[in-house]
Amino acid sequence: MDKMEALDKVLEEYGKVPGSLITILQKTQDIFGYIPKDVINHISQATKVKPAKIYGVATFYSQFRLEPIGKYLIMMCQGTACHVNGSDEIAREVSEYLGIEDGQTTEDGIFTINNVACLGCCSLAPVMMVRSAEGDETFGNLTKEKVVEILEEIRSREA
Amino acid sequence: MKVIVGQGSCGIATGAKKTVAALEKAIYENRLNIKVGTTGCIGTCYLEPIVDVYDDDGKLTRYVKVDEEKAAKIVEEHIKGGKPIEEFAISSEDEQFLEKQTRIVLRNCGKIDPENIEEYGQYEAARKVLTSMRREQVIEVIKESGLRGRGGAGFPTWFKWNAALEQPSKEKYIVCNADEGDPGAFMDRSVLEGDPHSVLEGMIIGGFAIGACEGIIYCRAEYPLAIKRLEIAMAQAREKGYLGKNLFGSGWDFDIRIKAGAGAFVCGEETALIASLEGERGMPRLKPPFPAAKGYWQKPTNINNVETFANVPWIMVNGGKAFAQMGLGPSKGTKVFALAGKIKKGGLVEVPMGLPLENVIFDIGGGIKNDAQFKAVQMGGPSGGCVPGELIDTKVTYEDINKTGAIVGSGGMIVMDETTCMVDMARYFLEFTRKESCGKCVYCRIGTMRMLEILERITAGEGQDGDIEKLEELAYKVKEGSLCGLGQTAPNPVLTTLKYFRNEYEDHIYRKKCTAHSCQALVKYEITDKCVGCSLCSKKCPVNAISGKVKEQFTIDQNLCIKCGKCMLGCKFDAITKE
Ligand SMILES: Cc1cc2nc3c(=O)[nH]c(=O)nc-3n(C[C@H](O)[C@H](O)[C@H](O)COP(=O)(O)O)c2cc1C
Ligand code: FES
Repeated sequence: MDKMEALDKVLEEYGKVPGSLITILQKTQDIFGYIPKDVINHISQATKVKPAKIYGVATFYSQFRLEPIGKYLIMMCQGTACHVNGSDEIAREVSEYLGIEDGQTTEDGIFTINNVACLGCCSLAPVMMVRSAEGDETFGNLTKEKVVEILEEIRSREA
Repeated sequence: MKVIVGQGSCGIATGAKKTVAALEKAIYENRLNIKVGTTGCIGTCYLEPIVDVYDDDGKLTRYVKVDEEKAAKIVEEHIKGGKPIEEFAISSEDEQFLEKQTRIVLRNCGKIDPENIEEYGQYEAARKVLTSMRREQVIEVIKESGLRGRGGAGFPTWFKWNAALEQPSKEKYIVCNADEGDPGAFMDRSVLEGDPHSVLEGMIIGGFAIGACEGIIYCRAEYPLAIKRLEIAMAQAREKGYLGKNLFGSGWDFDIRIKAGAGAFVCGEETALIASLEGERGMPRLKPPFPAAKGYWQKPTNINNVETFANVPWIMVNGGKAFAQMGLGPSKGTKVFALAGKIKKGGLVEVPMGLPLENVIFDIGGGIKNDAQFKAVQMGGPSGGCVPGELIDTKVTYEDINKTGAIVGSGGMIVMDETTCMVDMARYFLEFTRKESCGKCVYCRIGTMRMLEILERITAGEGQDGDIEKLEELAYKVKEGSLCGLGQTAPNPVLTTLKYFRNEYEDHIYRKKCTAHSCQALVKYEITDKCVGCSLCSKKCPVNAISGKVKEQFTIDQNLCIKCGKCMLGCKFDAITKE
């Protein structure tokens, strides 16, 4: 199904249900991988919610992205347990290896880094989660060597 | 014979899926007819992946840290051969981790298959309530139990339920707060993943008590597995008639739905959560009116935490008295703590309230990683504070922990050793609250920013005389000038570290020293006379700050050094020190 068609189905189901804006945006992001600007206008027409308000909600919550992301979303945990166990260094290593900072995407469109607060696996700190079309995979007890290995493995898979 | 693998998020992160695949492969190859079952987080996260093998006579052998190789051997020797493998099994010392606990909330976690309602049971507590009790009687039992909210504030649950019951509206809502915002706490996730039915049953009972028409679970988006297991559990409960129309023949209709959060810490606050449920930006509003009077769509709404609800079915079955017998003073029952940080045995610990911190951290948690010196434990996350080593005999009750300046909070316990810099901890939490402030109150929005700037300059070695006083002044202003709990408590991590570790702040500001060797700008790497001149460090240095003649002692140019520590990690002769 075409992406716009998929979105229209979502709007058909939720467009008139009060209080559904967040759900609609979540489903939009599932479809497009992010929330494109022109889609905001489309949602506005269907829901009669002003674009400014949709934009306000989309920028309030950290889950929503207004830019496309890479094939693999690398979520680096910066929660307390991970922080105490050296997540800063791990994040720096990942940034250095990929040549991008938090929130950015590699030029080849494969990786995006996103710092998050706690993935709920604190006893395995430091932790990161890799999200892709195949699902989520969490890695714990990270070391500088281990993250590089994991990223190299993904790179070689994509090469 | 039964084989069960712990598959909470933590188990899966350590490779439980691979272990399952290896078990299944070996079972298939050995032509055995055994299914590999699933259970939630067992709580001993430091031993994952965990495989439980039950012999036909019911005897349990618990295998720990089972990789693919071990899995194949277990099938070969134990499942097929009938001989348990001692050396892979849990040690008696590690067994103590669970034996020393009192598990009520976690009664089923790691025991039952969370995706199979038959293993949970028949919602006996809800059945009893709906078929034989009046709403007031239910609230009376909860009052007798002394149950207080486990989401942070510790407010008596019966009081909230009663306030919602007294509202005349026909349309009322009961909401489960599964936002688990404290970064470093994971007990709610484990309960949702390991025993979702206990939460649903608790919500049914609470919903009945206040006369709700619908239940909503607000679950944070970072917990996809919890959402999936809840959905499965709800579908099964509906099929059994435990949710839907005319529950247990009582004539009362009730169903529950999930709303996934979208990543905002402030949405854990009740009024912000309600705004978010309504599809708005999650901004808190002034109370009163309390949600009990005007909540979701302006209707009476009761919000409780995951753990609070999970306690409820147990209380209804065992009675309020049994619950109240545990605990100390006005802090009744048990509390689940998520032990993490520099702790040997990280995981979930449920103990009666009133146990000293020492028992939790040392007896059960096994003490500090690498036998380092215990420095402090952070409780209550961004709203809480650090309890220092000398107060280790503090009892874990709402009252005693509050006295230290920290809070029990949702139950996160991050243990710290001498390598954790307390100023950096304060900076870390301020960075978090600054980012998560919704921006409504000026003090919370800008005050936290100014506090963060001061803390950043202190940890960068640029602290100035008067910074501590300025921090204190701002801290009290932010507390006073904020509308919701986020701003009111955001300065706590700063205030508690200032109270107990003021000397560290002074070291940073006046002596430009970080005694924990953690603040990068304040550490200094040097090459000692142990150096044999192998030149490896100079090759590792990314900024060419190290020079020297081969076979002679090398030196680091401090002006060029970016303090990345790569030289120290690379040195084979222990010749580089960090000061
Ligand atoms: C900033 C902030 C964040 C909060 N986060 C949570 C949370 O993640 N989970 C939770 O159960 N309660 C959280 N609370 C507390 C809730 O507002 C509320 O007190 C609680 O859900 C009530 O349930 P209880 O009485 O069962 O504890 C938070 C409060 C504040 C001020
Ligand atoms: S702090 Fe990183 S997983 Fe919780």
